[in-house]
Parts: sequence; structure tokens; C-alpha cells
Amino acid sequence: MLQIMEGSHAIAEAVRLCRPEVVSAYPITPQTHIVERLAEMVADGDLNAEYICVESEFSALSACLGASAAGSRVYSATSSQGLILMAEVVFNVAGMRQPIIMSIANRALGAPLSIWNDQQDSIALRDSGWFQLYGEDVQEMTDQHFIAYKAAERHDILLPGFVCFDGFILSHTYEPVDIPNQEDIDAYLPKYVPYNMLDAKDPISMGMYATPEYYHEFRYEIDQAMMRSAAALSEAGKEFGEIFGRDYSEHVVPYRMDDADVAFVAMGSICGTIKDAIDEMRTDGIKVGLVKIRTYRPFPEKEIAKALGGVSAVAVLEKNVSIGSAMKGAVGPEILHALNGTGIGVYSYVAGLGGRDIRKKDIRAMADLAAQGKGNMFYGLREEVL
Amino acid sequence: MVDKSLELFDCGHRACGGCGPALAAKLILKGAGEDTIIVASTGCMEVFSTPYPETAWKVPWIHSLFENAAAVASGIEASLKHNNRTEKVVCVCGDGATFDIGMLCISGAFERGHDITYICYDNEAYMNTGIQRSGATPYDASTTTTPAGKLSTGNTRPKKDLPQILASHGASYVATASVAYPMDLMKKVEKAVNTPGSCYIQIHAPCSTGWGFEGGKTIEMGKMAIECGLWVNYELENGRLVKAKKVQRVPVEDYLKAQKRFRHLFKPAPLTDEIAKIQAIADANAEKYGIDIKLKE
Repeated sequence: MLQIMEGSHAIAEAVRLCRPEVVSAYPITPQTHIVERLAEMVADGDLNAEYICVESEFSALSACLGASAAGSRVYSATSSQGLILMAEVVFNVAGMRQPIIMSIANRALGAPLSIWNDQQDSIALRDSGWFQLYGEDVQEMTDQHFIAYKAAERHDILLPGFVCFDGFILSHTYEPVDIPNQEDIDAYLPKYVPYNMLDAKDPISMGMYATPEYYHEFRYEIDQAMMRSAAALSEAGKEFGEIFGRDYSEHVVPYRMDDADVAFVAMGSICGTIKDAIDEMRTDGIKVGLVKIRTYRPFPEKEIAKALGGVSAVAVLEKNVSIGSAMKGAVGPEILHALNGTGIGVYSYVAGLGGRDIRKKDIRAMADLAAQGKGNMFYGLREEVL
Repeated sequence: MVDKSLELFDCGHRACGGCGPALAAKLILKGAGEDTIIVASTGCMEVFSTPYPETAWKVPWIHSLFENAAAVASGIEASLKHNNRTEKVVCVCGDGATFDIGMLCISGAFERGHDITYICYDNEAYMNTGIQRSGATPYDASTTTTPAGKLSTGNTRPKKDLPQILASHGASYVATASVAYPMDLMKKVEKAVNTPGSCYIQIHAPCSTGWGFEGGKTIEMGKMAIECGLWVNYELENGRLVKAKKVQRVPVEDYLKAQKRFRHLFKPAPLTDEIAKIQAIADANAEKYGIDIKLKE
């Protein structure tokens, strides 16, 4: 049954249904509504979890790590500066192979201070060993939480994951959303069974130090697990579809790509605007399509290459900037690598940083630029900096 | 009562001969018992006791980062509570991890009142990285970041009063101990892990390498620190002093002279003003904790 619900509250409902035993988070705009709602659920007895009000995001994820190591399913959420403050723990959690799921309400990084949306925060941590899912709308980002836990906790995966969604644009927007019932989720996502845990009856040491003889292989094994997680996420997405009628088996989703000359690649809520712009351009006879990336880590290179085969140019809409890089955006080079040898032009457009609106006319302008072979640029700069 | 004959911190680790912290680990586990989960910080003890794939710990042990042991312990405690588990959660961390980089996490954990025992093995500097000054380094100690020199007499600040800071957070039980007094140390650990709420123990753990004395003299060094009043063994319950070890105090010189980190105070010529300042710290300790034994006339 569809209900009108704020994005953050829909996520809180999803988290409740996943039955985390420990929740630890720190308030930060625009994530805060999620953890406020979870706190209400705990206060009302609707969620049987320990809720730790920590003194920083750094401690939020550290507490989650401890609880996960002790055998609990855990949850946290953050944004922006909070995620970057956590960064040391983010890498550590992946190295310690704890399947923690964290919601990221994507927001820009300072300086200058900006509380508004872009995707710089999660993309900055793309190499940390967490898989990264990006939702386009409230339903998708809600469902991705179930899928994330299911894939992360598999004993052949044991990796943490971000579920990313655009701050304010999705976190604070009310949309119709279907919230599954507890019985179905319990069947889909049974109680967490740790691979190993802190237990006085069976003592182990966790988080030891590794000399150069061993360290290299630890990193290799994390990467191997990440590559395996592509199939695990796909299977979890397929099974979710079979039960709940919404299939998430695909890491990339094409839109009007069949005869497209120019293809957009994008992640998150902007895909909706791009689809509307595509429909308008198509009416004008411009053959444009979109490949939406749902799973950014592990990077679905083969799927992207397949989806983009046959186009003449690719416009990568980047809500991030890899400062000092040739293409400017972080996603573009990976698309370029996916299309290596095809001769297809790949162009990044850094846009929408710090919450600046990206409108349909901007999408159309980027399609024009890509068709002309122009890109790898900040799009839409104010004239006074030119 | 825990079984103190159990050796839960095993031999074969890589500590220096006469390592005070290694002795502290052994005694901590004798006091805490086998139903204990240890949370470590990055540091000497972590490195010498858990070189993958070997471990010296025969109880569950976890290390995450340098500064987050108290936060990791908070999460473990929450998980145990949720599942009605009875293991004791004990942080064992160095003074750099405790006094300096980990203060935020410790303050948060103690303010929230998690049922954990946080133990600092205090060897009074960053020994793992090569003897740099921490907030626990005593006044005038020469370290690699506060070297004595033509214009310097070593560390310029006195030791931070961390037990008092944590008592002010509402810690149920705060104690200081020394590896030189093993029975007292074990008793305090056992008391802390059986006291509900957040407890803190600071253990004086002489470091032969960092302080500059022969490894066979670790216990002697610990005893000398107590006998001169530069280290006081005491207990605070709900913030109030309930017990302090009384001594017939001796001047600080012999303790200082026995360690290379204070050698510059005596050679080439005694820096009497500086020695007097250190004596004043010991005198203030004695006054504050009432440790002087008053002999009858």
C-alpha cells in the first residue's frame, strides 16, 4: 500500500523493519530526520534497539563497529562533514569486514560551508571498501536498505555499504512509497548470523596489525569480496523483486537507449530530471538516452559498456569534482575505461555542486556540448569567474 | 572471585625485556578474569601482542584505531546489553591514546555512563613511535619532542590530572595503580569490572626503553615513584577520595637520577631550581592525597 512519506522517514521505516540491535548516529543536516525518527521508534517501543547518542560521527561509526564485532546488526546515518570526520573509521570497518549499513544523505563538503546537495562526500570515500548504492527516488532508496543488508551480511561478502541519496532533494521530499510489512522482511532478511564475533566462550583477536608479508593480501581479499558483491547485490535485488514486486537486480538502468546518439550517465535524483529532458529532446528529434548508475561500488563496468555500446558520445553528469584531474569529475574516467577502444567520446560535466539546481535546459545544453565533443568542465559557471 | 592463576595474556609476545605495560596486561587479566572482552588502542601493547597471525590474548580482543577504543567499547557494551550477555568490557590503552587523541571518545563514553572499565597503561610518553611527549609526560622529562637542550629542561608542563577529569564525568570508580604493586592492581581491576557504570584505572607502567633504565629494574622504578610521591596509588568512589597508599616519603632525586630521561637535571651540573619544582609536585601530591605517614614524636 502506498503512503505519502518524507524520504527520511521512509528510510527510518526500512531500518526499523531490518531490526538493527544497535543504532548510533550524530545529528547532521540533512540526515537528522532519519535518526530522530528512529529515536522516536525506540522511545515508543516500536524498535527494540540500543540507541547510542554519541558525541561525534567518529564515535558513531566506532560504536557501530564495536557492536557489529560483538555480533549485532547495526545502523548509522550521516552526511558530508560527518562522513569525512568518520573517514578513518570508514576504512577501518571495511578492513575489519563488518557488514555495517549506513545511509548517506549526500551533501557538499566545506569550505565554503554548504549544507546543500551534491555527491562529493560519498564519492570521496569510493576507495574505502564500502559498496555504494545510489537511489533515484524515495522508493528506490528505501528498498536499497533491505538489499544492502542482505548482500553485506553474506559470509562470502562481509563488506559494509553506503545507501546514498541526495540530501534535501530526496531526504526531505514527500513521495508515495510502499513500506513492506515486518513478516515479509523477516523472511527476506533473517536475523544476522556473524561469521565470527567477540565472545568469551570462543576468544579471537580482531584488528591485529599486519606486517608487509601479509598486508597486501588483506587488501586483495577486500577487493575480491567487493567484486563478488556485484553478484550478491544483484541476487538480493532479484529476490526482493520476486517478493515485493520491485526488481533491483540491475546495477545500471537504461532509459530510451535503444537508438540513442548521445547518452547521459548519472546517479541519484537528477536522473528524473534527465528523463524528462530526454522526453522533450526526443520530441524535437534529438536521440538522447540515459544510463543510470545504481551501484557505483563495485563499479559495474561490463554493464555500463554494454548499455553504452552504439552511442557516439557520452555525457557524464558529475555532482562531484576530483580537483586537479583531467576530466574534472570522478565518474568520467571509469566510464572512459569501460568504453576503452570503442572510440566513443566521454565527457564529464561537473554540475549542481553545493545544491545549485540543474534544470532541463542545462541537460539539453550538456547534450549539445557532448555532441560537439566539448566537455570535461565545470558546467554553468557564473560569468565573473571566467 | 576470579581465578588469578589463569594466564590469559600469554608468553611469546614481542615486548622489550622488563616491559611495564606487558606486566600490566598480565595483571589486568588476572584481575578481570576470562569473561572479559579487551578493547585496545593502537600503540606499543597492540603491536607487540598481536602481530598477525599470532596473538598473546586468550580472551576476546579487538583493536580498531588509535583514538576510538572508548567508542568501540560503547558499541560492544550496547550489543552485550541487548543480548543479555555478561562479559566485562575493558579498554586497555596507552597514555597517548587516553590523555591526548582519545579524549573525545572517552569523555563521550563516560558521560553516557556505559558499563565499561577503561584502563590506561601509563608509560608517560608515546613509546611506540619513539618516545614523544604526551599529556601524561611528567614535568622536565626529556622526550624526542621535548628534548633537553641549551634552552630547554625537557617537558614544560605537568602531567594532566585525568583521573580527576573522569571522576568529574560521574565515573563510579576511579583508581590509580602501579605494576610495582601487583596485588593492589589486580584487586582494583576486579573491583572496577564489578562496579556498574564507567570506571577508570590509570596504571603506572615504567618503560625501560623510554625512560632509560635497565629492564630488570621495572618494579624498583615503580616503587621509587610511589615512595617519592610523584605517583600516588589511590581510589575515588563517586568522585570522593576513599583510599590512598601512605608512604614514608623520600626526596625525588633518587627516582630522577635512576632514569636517563631526567639525566639533564644532574649533568653536567645539578639544576637545583628544576629539581625543586619537581619536589614541589611530589609535595603537592602528598598534601592532596594525604599520603605522608606521620611518625609519633
